[in-house]
Amino acid sequence: MDLLTATDVTKQYANHKALDKVSISVPEQSIFGLLGPNGAGKTSFIRIINMITAPDNGELFFLNEKLKQYHTGQIGYLPEERGLYKKMKVGEQALYLTQLKGLTKNDALQKLKYWFEKFEIQSWWNKKVEELSKGMQQKFQFIITIIHEPKLLIFDEPFSGFDPINVNILKDEILSLRDNGATIIFSTHNMASVEELCDHIALIDNAKKILDGKVKDIKKTYRSNTFEITFTGFQGSLKNVLKPGFQLLEQNNEDDIIRAKIKFTDSYKPNDLIKELLPHITIQSFNEIMPSMNDIFIAKVKENE
Amino acid sequence: MNKIFLIIKREYFTRVKKRSFIVMTILGPLLMAALFIVPIYIAQLENDVKTIGVIDETGLFLGKFEDTDNLKFRYIFTDLQIAKDDLAKNQEYALLYIPLPNLSVPSNAVLYSEKQPNINVKSYIKNVMKKEVEDLKLAEKFKELRLSDDENITSRDFLKSIKANINISTIKLDESGSEEESSTEVSMVLGFAAGLLIYIFIFLYGSQVMRGVIEEKTSRIIEVIISSVKPFQLMMGKIIGIAFVGLTQFVLWIILTFAIITTFTAFFTDDIATFNTQKVLMENNKLIPSDNINAQTTTSQLNNNGVGEIINAIQSINFGVMIGSFIFFFLGGYLLYGALFAAIGSAVDNEADTQQFMMPITIPLILAFVVSNIIITNPDGPVAFWFSIIPFTSPIVMMIRIPFGVSYFDLSLSIILLVLGFLATTWFAAKIYRTGILMYGKKVNYKELWKWLRYKN
Repeated sequence: MDLLTATDVTKQYANHKALDKVSISVPEQSIFGLLGPNGAGKTSFIRIINMITAPDNGELFFLNEKLKQYHTGQIGYLPEERGLYKKMKVGEQALYLTQLKGLTKNDALQKLKYWFEKFEIQSWWNKKVEELSKGMQQKFQFIITIIHEPKLLIFDEPFSGFDPINVNILKDEILSLRDNGATIIFSTHNMASVEELCDHIALIDNAKKILDGKVKDIKKTYRSNTFEITFTGFQGSLKNVLKPGFQLLEQNNEDDIIRAKIKFTDSYKPNDLIKELLPHITIQSFNEIMPSMNDIFIAKVKENE
Repeated sequence: MNKIFLIIKREYFTRVKKRSFIVMTILGPLLMAALFIVPIYIAQLENDVKTIGVIDETGLFLGKFEDTDNLKFRYIFTDLQIAKDDLAKNQEYALLYIPLPNLSVPSNAVLYSEKQPNINVKSYIKNVMKKEVEDLKLAEKFKELRLSDDENITSRDFLKSIKANINISTIKLDESGSEEESSTEVSMVLGFAAGLLIYIFIFLYGSQVMRGVIEEKTSRIIEVIISSVKPFQLMMGKIIGIAFVGLTQFVLWIILTFAIITTFTAFFTDDIATFNTQKVLMENNKLIPSDNINAQTTTSQLNNNGVGEIINAIQSINFGVMIGSFIFFFLGGYLLYGALFAAIGSAVDNEADTQQFMMPITIPLILAFVVSNIIITNPDGPVAFWFSIIPFTSPIVMMIRIPFGVSYFDLSLSIILLVLGFLATTWFAAKIYRTGILMYGKKVNYKELWKWLRYKN
């Protein structure tokens, strides 16, 4: 079942269109990457999901119910531009923000205790927020976002400001949240983390959705018959042995084992390439090069211009 | 609803726990008490003896005005006009004229003087007359009681029936001899002070709302919060929370000021008070064996020296009405402006940018204050009426008018319009606020605000 569906969502600001008939569906218990260049309309879309603003047109459904204000209690949102009350103590602030999400004081205390212990930050409780470093504040904010165990989590650039160790902790946490039943919408420019984490993506550019689907399927669609071969027993360039239709992209003769990338047209199969090469070389490995999300992203956005 | 309560609670407690709040709460009453006490103290230091001529047509007060350290009374038995002409010649301070009453007991007196009569003088005369008239009424009542032997008269009714109201009008004589009415009523000072306090409170707490909104916007916590609550809830929670901070401060000020003044009074009037109390108690015991009445009479007798006189004058004002209307007009004015302050805070990125939007808020408030002089001289004139009806100026102007007595029509019209005005500005501000809090890095002008007003959501 889809946790969240949006149909033809349109949002018009005075001078520009932020969203133009964007439709997406986020399957339950998946990590959904919301991608797009700066100013594409991602934040506008996230704000609409959070009911911070309302769309001019289009509808949103939360578990097949029309999205209503009370659903926001089941959404956890970590905005890209995030902040805290600087003069307020960590504990007080944690309780306040958690209760605003609809938890009772006792529940809030209990859950905060659990998470503060898990992240080993109990000693922060009586500190003022301004005494924490930026990374510490981010961590604190992450806890606040997930504390009420929402069905839907929205992370906007969650890794900015974290060191690599904490990025890993966070990634593990996000994956385990998904495994425990949460659905996650993940907005980022970091394509490496998209490949690592996301099951589905939607690419928004210039207010329009230009691509969406499962990461695996997208990659399949955009593969380009490019293979990497490592081999031995050959001198010189492979160019000389390849017939038309096969194109040598690069070859590296520096080591004992030679590495080459070859692309061929759609009329051939991988087996044809092997057949071509077998008489000349001893093959060590043969791999298809899948397009990176980064490449797809750049290609699609350029195409859209 | 639960969430707005959480917001109110946070806004309230973070402010009340601040050191600046605690310091203000203690310093305020000290200042206010000093404002009351210092002039009294200075007045007491004045040694110069003033002579007052008395024309008593009723004959009831002959010999009743006793000379004090700085007041001498001289009874005159000539015509009023002659006495008035003689005033300057005799180098007397003032002339007290007590005409024959229309009804049974005297309740009016006129004080003629060249200079503005001192408030001590006035309240001394008032007290003496009041005591005499009350004694007079008391005696009559007792006659009545003995005759009718009516058991149903409670001591409360009884007290009420003897409580005398003395009205002294003061008329200033200038050198040409023409008369000009003037007023030294404490109520005038009080009305002005209340208006000033409302003016200060609106600015003080209004800008706290504004700063709070800017803080949430610049620290970027706003987006986290409004993903849990509606922007309107956050705005109202903040405004209401700060209103409670203002009320807490006001109530603490009243209590502390009262405590300081009471302590001061007790300290300064100790001897006289004890003496009088004993005397009164003895007299009363002879008359009525009721404890409530003793207590009541005792307090009214405490005021036989300079300090007590002003306090008595202050006590003569209906504080219930004053405090009640102060709280209403403070809240009304604050809520009206608070929403606008919130809207301004939402439209800017930092406090320095607020200047251009502060103008339309500041002007009506300052205007209300500027016209207060006109209102004091003519509290029922058209200026006073209109300014106390228009919601943007009414909290201040109505407060100035109230001690002079305001008709119920004016008062209720002003109250209704203030409530409507508050609803209107809140509706208006909420629209700007909703858009403004998510708008960063944009120089906003009035045209932009107008656009935001017309956004649907």
